Amino acid sequence: MDAFTIDLLLDIASVIAFATGGAFLLIGAFGMIRLPDVWSRLHAAGIMDTVGAELILIGMMFQAGLTQATLKLVLISLFLFITSPTSTHAVANAAFTAGIRPVRLRKNEADRVIGESAKRTGES
Amino acid sequence: MKKAVGLLVALFALWLALSGYFKPFLLSLGVLSCLFTVYLASRMKLLDDEAVPLQLRPSLLLYWGWLGREVFKSSIAVSRVILAREMPISQQLVAVPCTQKTEMGHVIFANSITLTPGTVTAESGNGHFLVHALTDDFAAPEGFAEMDRRVTAVEDR
Repeated sequence: MDAFTIDLLLDIASVIAFATGGAFLLIGAFGMIRLPDVWSRLHAAGIMDTVGAELILIGMMFQAGLTQATLKLVLISLFLFITSPTSTHAVANAAFTAGIRPVRLRKNEADRVIGESAKRTGES
Repeated sequence: MKKAVGLLVALFALWLALSGYFKPFLLSLGVLSCLFTVYLASRMKLLDDEAVPLQLRPSLLLYWGWLGREVFKSSIAVSRVILAREMPISQQLVAVPCTQKTEMGHVIFANSITLTPGTVTAESGNGHFLVHALTDDFAAPEGFAEMDRRVTAVEDR
């Protein structure tokens, strides 16, 4: 394969990554508006900051090739991989501590974890 | 001591990756700043299992690959829920048992659950995590049990 074909394949790979990443970001933004409350919206945000962001970064890596920029992008994706669930958990834990419970809750096993029956089940 | 050397190597690798300089003068400055950072970290008694997790098995990298696939699969599942005309959500808070022994193992397991779209860890206690799941499929105990087993295998030497 000559250099032109490899460039073309890399471009196609990064277009696929950008397109799927952008689609996931769009779906995540759509979900932020459609879903009913804090808890379910966290999942839409979860799509955006895991798959959406990582796929965009992978597309950038294909464009950068084997350079230092790719190494930095790998580091960014590694840090995102570790920090995004931490911040999501901080929001979820704050909501839980504040007594906010999901709407139309089907099953609640909070008493098995915190040792008391959960407050205000089913409302808010 | 092992932790100090491990931190020094990791810091210098990060310095090289971010700076990209290979001149002797700048390299020696980098080594000096890394040594100073390790000295400060040891003075602050930060060289423990939490800051320098050398006790984790190298199969953590394989676990990350598996986790990446799981994240992708459940992202597609959450996208289907969002795009459905009548969103079939049935929110639930389930208690998930965890079998890890160390705090590091707990953190890895809880973060893996949160990283997977459709499930978020909200609280921990009594050897369980309180996990919020978007639908019944995400709350299935089998999925959590497999992740729990894999994290326990990675956790300790």
